[in-house]
Amino acid sequence: MPRTLPSLISLVGLVVIVAAAFWYWLAVAGVDFAALSAAGQLDEGSVKWQCAYLLTNTCHTGLGQLVELGESFGYQPLVFWLGAVLLIVGAVLMLTNKSQRESAGRVTAALEFDTRLLGMVGALAIIWIGFDIMTDGGFLTARNLWNLSVQTSVVAIVATGMVLVIVTRNIDLSVGSVLGFLGMVMAVVQVEILPRGLGVPPQMEVGVLGLDFTIHPLFTIEMALGNAYLWIVAVLAGVLVGALIGLFQGFWIAYAGVPAFIVTLGGLLVFRGAAWWVTSGRTVAPMDPTFQDLGGGIGGSIGATGSWIVGGLAVLLFVVGAIRERARRRQFDFPQKPMWAEITVVILTVVLVLGAVQIMNSFYQPERTVATRIVDDLLQEGTALPDGGVTFTEAGEAIIATLPEEAQALATQIDDRRSERELVGVLADWPGLERIARGIPIPVLILIGVALAMTFIATRTSFGRYIFAIGGNPEAAVLAGVNAKRVVLYIFILMGVLCAIAAAVQTARLNAGANSTGTLLELQAIAAAVIGGTSLAGGIGTIPGALLGALVMQSLQSGMLLLGMDTPLQNIVIGFVLIVAVWIDIVYQKRRK
Amino acid sequence: MTETAAAQPTVPPESPSQPALVEMRDMSIAFGGVKAVDEVSVNLFPGEVVGVLGHNGAGKSTLIKMLSGAYRPSAGRILINGETVEIHNPRDAKKYGIETIYQTLALADNIDAAANLFLGREKKTLFGTLDDAFMEHETRKVMGRLNPNFKKFKDPVKALSGGQRQSVAIARAIYFNAKILIMDEPTAALGPQETKQVADLILQLKKEGIGIFLISHDLHDVFDLSDRVSVMKNGKLVGTVRTQDVSKDDVLGMIILGKEPEAPDASMLN
Repeated sequence: MPRTLPSLISLVGLVVIVAAAFWYWLAVAGVDFAALSAAGQLDEGSVKWQCAYLLTNTCHTGLGQLVELGESFGYQPLVFWLGAVLLIVGAVLMLTNKSQRESAGRVTAALEFDTRLLGMVGALAIIWIGFDIMTDGGFLTARNLWNLSVQTSVVAIVATGMVLVIVTRNIDLSVGSVLGFLGMVMAVVQVEILPRGLGVPPQMEVGVLGLDFTIHPLFTIEMALGNAYLWIVAVLAGVLVGALIGLFQGFWIAYAGVPAFIVTLGGLLVFRGAAWWVTSGRTVAPMDPTFQDLGGGIGGSIGATGSWIVGGLAVLLFVVGAIRERARRRQFDFPQKPMWAEITVVILTVVLVLGAVQIMNSFYQPERTVATRIVDDLLQEGTALPDGGVTFTEAGEAIIATLPEEAQALATQIDDRRSERELVGVLADWPGLERIARGIPIPVLILIGVALAMTFIATRTSFGRYIFAIGGNPEAAVLAGVNAKRVVLYIFILMGVLCAIAAAVQTARLNAGANSTGTLLELQAIAAAVIGGTSLAGGIGTIPGALLGALVMQSLQSGMLLLGMDTPLQNIVIGFVLIVAVWIDIVYQKRRK
Repeated sequence: MTETAAAQPTVPPESPSQPALVEMRDMSIAFGGVKAVDEVSVNLFPGEVVGVLGHNGAGKSTLIKMLSGAYRPSAGRILINGETVEIHNPRDAKKYGIETIYQTLALADNIDAAANLFLGREKKTLFGTLDDAFMEHETRKVMGRLNPNFKKFKDPVKALSGGQRQSVAIARAIYFNAKILIMDEPTAALGPQETKQVADLILQLKKEGIGIFLISHDLHDVFDLSDRVSVMKNGKLVGTVRTQDVSKDDVLGMIILGKEPEAPDASMLN
């Protein structure tokens, strides 16, 4: 067998996979090229138009034909499987040949890829595509991926903290209960305590050193539901209580020497009880409108433009980081990463980030929401006439001019709620209705912020370094002068704060504070961390790994839900996946030695 | 201050006018009623190597851990350059230039050489973040001196050989300008070539005026390197002798029998 054959097979497989993924992406973006170009609805210059042009007009051979071939089968993933099989065959052939194996190892080493993370990405790809096939293309849709990202955020936020806890050879079984309790605290603070007020006048005049200050309403205690600052105070209250809970549990673990398992097992009972006790079991709803956005509801995403800006910033940050790292290594004459590896990583990142943004932007607001917004705008510009009808300002007339005929007639006759709803209904069914992209959901934005902050803490600060040193060899860390007790205390405080952030997202999503919120979340968070490569023996674990772990768990759950599987069966599958994931990791660790 | 007989047997140094770099006076510590170290006094002068010998469980490591701040003595005083100091934790010890290379090496296995070398004393950038590039640079420099073949700067310490791990532990001790170096069983886990390297290093550090405590249960590891040896048995100090005055057998006798040699002359006859 010629030496280059295995790598050639792998390469062809990779190209086919990329082509299939590209085509998939277009499918996810909801583009039916033929139909769109026939209807003349392709917006020239847009990304989709470019892609459609590329596929249907220019590349009628090659990629375009591949698409046609797939479409004639009516079964898209087939091409993907073809690529996957080629890639796997090539990889197996490479791994059976020693020199090939070594060169493959050199390539991953040069790219500085974490092989464990790479394996997880592969597992995730298999899960996603598998479910997509089983649900006849129902999994890899913009809608499902968008929802999946929102569902993942709560577990992922908690899992980032769980990684650090487990790395120091501790465990936190209380996160689900703490989350439930903090959710109740935030709900009660915004719905009951603040609006009722604590008897403090809304403004206070304070004289200090002959200067008079008026304290801003933000600092007074009485706030009506809907007050712009209400949600901030509610979240801050939750964060504060979360930090105090962390302080409490961290003290018992670090200074009183009670094992974390016991302290947090106690915490699991204590805070679940406390969550009930806040309102004696009553559910508190609804939440403040701004607070609800934290959960990623109708208003809980940042739109297309905002998402592209976030994506652009992420890409910029990554490229600048890579350039700075190179400059730094040059300054000290360290061996540099090869240029091709650097460029490959940058391109992969850019494609990944912008692809994710594109998917988020391909899920649209419900038609009814858009229609309601148009009608609301219209009513702002209209004045009811005494004899029934409505007269509109110029701006109002301009809006009406854009509407279909049927709606125009209705608009001029709006006189009550019923006719208003009728207009909304007509507009919602109108094919020409503007489509408003949702973009990145706010919970995901919060998760990105948390993940960046936690990665920074874990890898760029001495606190993070101590966490890993303690996990690797607690005695050595202490002998090196590390205050291990304080580090553990801080980790649990951090965990409490993360629980508060996750509680805000979850409570906002449910639009209610319920005492059962977050039940079994601790096990999901631990499972996410462990599937993500965190070692329960301590010392090993990464934040990106935990994110991927959470995504794997949630993908399984979401996929099984789409398949209509019963919840008990879902639990059975996830339980087995957890065991198998850890077993694979153990085998892999042994092989490496 | 009452100088008991047990505190006395320290042999006077070559130049008595100079204060000792370290003097541990009447050190005692008990663990649950067992006196692990009982009124032991030892001292160390600049540029001197003192071997601390005894069987396993004689109290050598415990004695020295009081100096490195890992244990707090129940009685006794530590003097550095003639002044009494308080050492409550490893950081205090490091403040006085006392660096320790533990028998277990006390390395965090899961992080790399640079992270271990600077553990607890990380170099920060202007923004307060870890300056990993600088730390790796310094680690490359100091490791280049100790172990020029060392290349695994990015690997966790777990992936290193015994000798490489030893050099990381030594690099950590000498990088921060130690004045007093404590080496607990420095060559126990090493091959002959690596043992020779450590011996050369000890002679070099000695030349630089660093005082070194060599702790070992094996006489042969330390006898030739040491200027003096202090022998311990059952938590008590048997005695301190100059190696040039005695033979290995004399010291062996001290270790096994717990008695000082009768007279220098008698030892010459053996």
